[in-house]
Amino acid sequence: MKLIAAMSGGVDSAVAAARAVEAGHEVIGVHLALSANPQKYRSGARGCCTIEDSHDARRAADVIGIPFYIWDMAEEFHDGVVEDFLSEYAAGRTPNPCLRCNEKIKFAAVLDRARAMGFDGVVTGHYARTEITDAGKTLHRAVDHSKDQSYVLSVLTVEQISGAIFPLGDTTKVDIRKEAEARGLAVAQKPDSHDICFVPSGDNAGWLRDRLGSETGPIVDQDGIKIGEHKGAYTYTIGQRKGLGLTVPTADGSPRFVLKIEPVSNTVVVGAREDLAVTKMRGERPVWCGPAVTNQKLRGFVQVRAHGAALACSYFLDGALLVAELNEPLLGLATGQAMVIYDGDRVVGSATICETE
Amino acid sequence: MSSIYLDHAATTPMVEDALIAMTAQLAQLGNPSSLHTHGRATRKTLEDAREVIAKEVGCLPSEVIFTASGTEANNTALKGLYWQGRDNGRHVVVISAIEHHAIIDPAHWLQEHEGAEIITIPVNAGGVVDLDFLSHLIATRGNEIAVISIMHSNNETGVLQPIRKVVEIAGEIPVHTDAVQSFKKTPLSFSQLGVYAMTLSAHKIGGPLGIGALILRRAVEIPALLHGGGQEREIRSGTLNAPAIVGFAAAAKSKHYDVAHVASLRDSFIAGINAAIPDATINGISSDRLPGIVNVTFPGTQSDTLLLLMDGQRVSCSTGSACSAGVHEASHVLLAMGHNEVSAQSSLRFSFGATSTYADCDFVVSVLPDVITRGRAANFS
Repeated sequence: MKLIAAMSGGVDSAVAAARAVEAGHEVIGVHLALSANPQKYRSGARGCCTIEDSHDARRAADVIGIPFYIWDMAEEFHDGVVEDFLSEYAAGRTPNPCLRCNEKIKFAAVLDRARAMGFDGVVTGHYARTEITDAGKTLHRAVDHSKDQSYVLSVLTVEQISGAIFPLGDTTKVDIRKEAEARGLAVAQKPDSHDICFVPSGDNAGWLRDRLGSETGPIVDQDGIKIGEHKGAYTYTIGQRKGLGLTVPTADGSPRFVLKIEPVSNTVVVGAREDLAVTKMRGERPVWCGPAVTNQKLRGFVQVRAHGAALACSYFLDGALLVAELNEPLLGLATGQAMVIYDGDRVVGSATICETE
Repeated sequence: MSSIYLDHAATTPMVEDALIAMTAQLAQLGNPSSLHTHGRATRKTLEDAREVIAKEVGCLPSEVIFTASGTEANNTALKGLYWQGRDNGRHVVVISAIEHHAIIDPAHWLQEHEGAEIITIPVNAGGVVDLDFLSHLIATRGNEIAVISIMHSNNETGVLQPIRKVVEIAGEIPVHTDAVQSFKKTPLSFSQLGVYAMTLSAHKIGGPLGIGALILRRAVEIPALLHGGGQEREIRSGTLNAPAIVGFAAAAKSKHYDVAHVASLRDSFIAGINAAIPDATINGISSDRLPGIVNVTFPGTQSDTLLLLMDGQRVSCSTGSACSAGVHEASHVLLAMGHNEVSAQSSLRFSFGATSTYADCDFVVSVLPDVITRGRAANFS
């Protein structure tokens, strides 16, 4: 096949590209320039689109022996990922930008452009597997569960999965680094990136405050009584306990947690730990990575964070909403997060959480 | 699949004479500044080379100042002439809108750090500088201008600039011209142009990389950028790169570049493009141009996509403009000629050299329809 390898400048995508070449594909390396004003250097684990990263990607492509180009996706990234991130926070939800990037950039803008140019698919260094089954090409967890990235890929449609190649899903990260070393790739020991790539300082709250303002507002208890003041509602997360600066203690001295963020009234609602418990969630705009879920209730697992646990549940479709009923309650679940349904290690699909109870 | 190189304006193969002369000189021992036999031997060879270049470019040997690149020559000239002018109360730097970044960027540096004011001369739709603008500027602010720098021909479009007329209009104001693309491609004489300073580069004419020259009028003394041994008129220090200079001279003397042949290749290529892609337009077609450069706008495409697809056909060409962090930017040259951001990013530069053939042209024309179709599809995907 003729493939585009998306090369971030990190070790994973470099090894993925090398493996695709070795598998006999005709591969071209592409680095996505996602920032209109890239930083010159990486700082720690932050950022993946600095000029230094693009040099690392180019060097890896040269060592592997494939052509290399840089594609400017800054506008698409800003509109599809950064703006979405801001508007989700402004609406009191907690978005995952990596998921949006996969949905709108890597397996949409890039895959579409690649196909229009005569390529068959996109190779990435994500830790996930695909399998060819009777139901078509399906998406699965990586064998290295600690690195598994199927959660952030759960927004891919069957059509997008058909054009996605994940060569690293069968290997542990430790072995990928060893392999990179053996292949003479200078990025073999480059640190992983963890934080949000477009917040180079790593200070998400400060970054949001700069863009959304820091209008103060009340922190109230569940009876609506004001017990403190916040500096920008969206800088709080559901389940947050520290840094609330509350002046009125509870009767029994037990701690309070953020239960809800109400953007319209600019209010943060706090309450007791047990009030964080969630047993049921609904998600909007579901995407199926294989056969669609129906109104028939099935048993499986739901995961609500990129590296969170898989929670036993029943799931079904209720109208346009994907519903998961948990066997055991979960503490602290924000709307805006993705709920990803698994059948064993197969990704069934995902939806954006819009309601919890 | 054989590969086709149509990026000779970026760099062009070394001519055999230059390769032989340079390789031989690499084996010779002696610093040309040394006073002993070894030093004198290298000095002799080097001064022979200087005389060859001087003759080819119509200047005195003493007017040739060797530099490590065209960029260095441009920086030396622009900054040096500006500082000299500033000492006499002149703070304006005049450049054209289509200069290479090796002029634009030092001009901006002078503005940010050295108190210069930049005035930019616009070009017409054909890519030629506006002489009326220049005349008016000199009539109104002539006594403030330290230096005027206008390229001899443009590296993206190949359009020639009326430097002789610029010098007439400028009168006593120093004029520098970046002639990197023109040397050996079109008649070029330093003395006939009447400029104060002119930039050359060896690797654009079949010489080696890493050597250029600033041709600077005799008795014009400007402040140096590099200080040290004072080798080149105290204006440029650093041990002279004798092997590269010898290669430069051999390329300058060589008759390998047949202007008529290259121009005929270009014209046949343009005819082929017009037939294959009827809505393509050639930038600067109505103006006098260098024989080897064709800058084409393909509506509805993006240059970087076209470059990738051409590369996939083993055709090396260029988007013609600068990259910022590897991201292709709209060409300031095409914008100055009246393109908008979108059409300026839909262009490719093909540049021919002495080794180019009709078969090269035919092959590129044969793959163009498919490349443009895919490029358009990718642009709207």
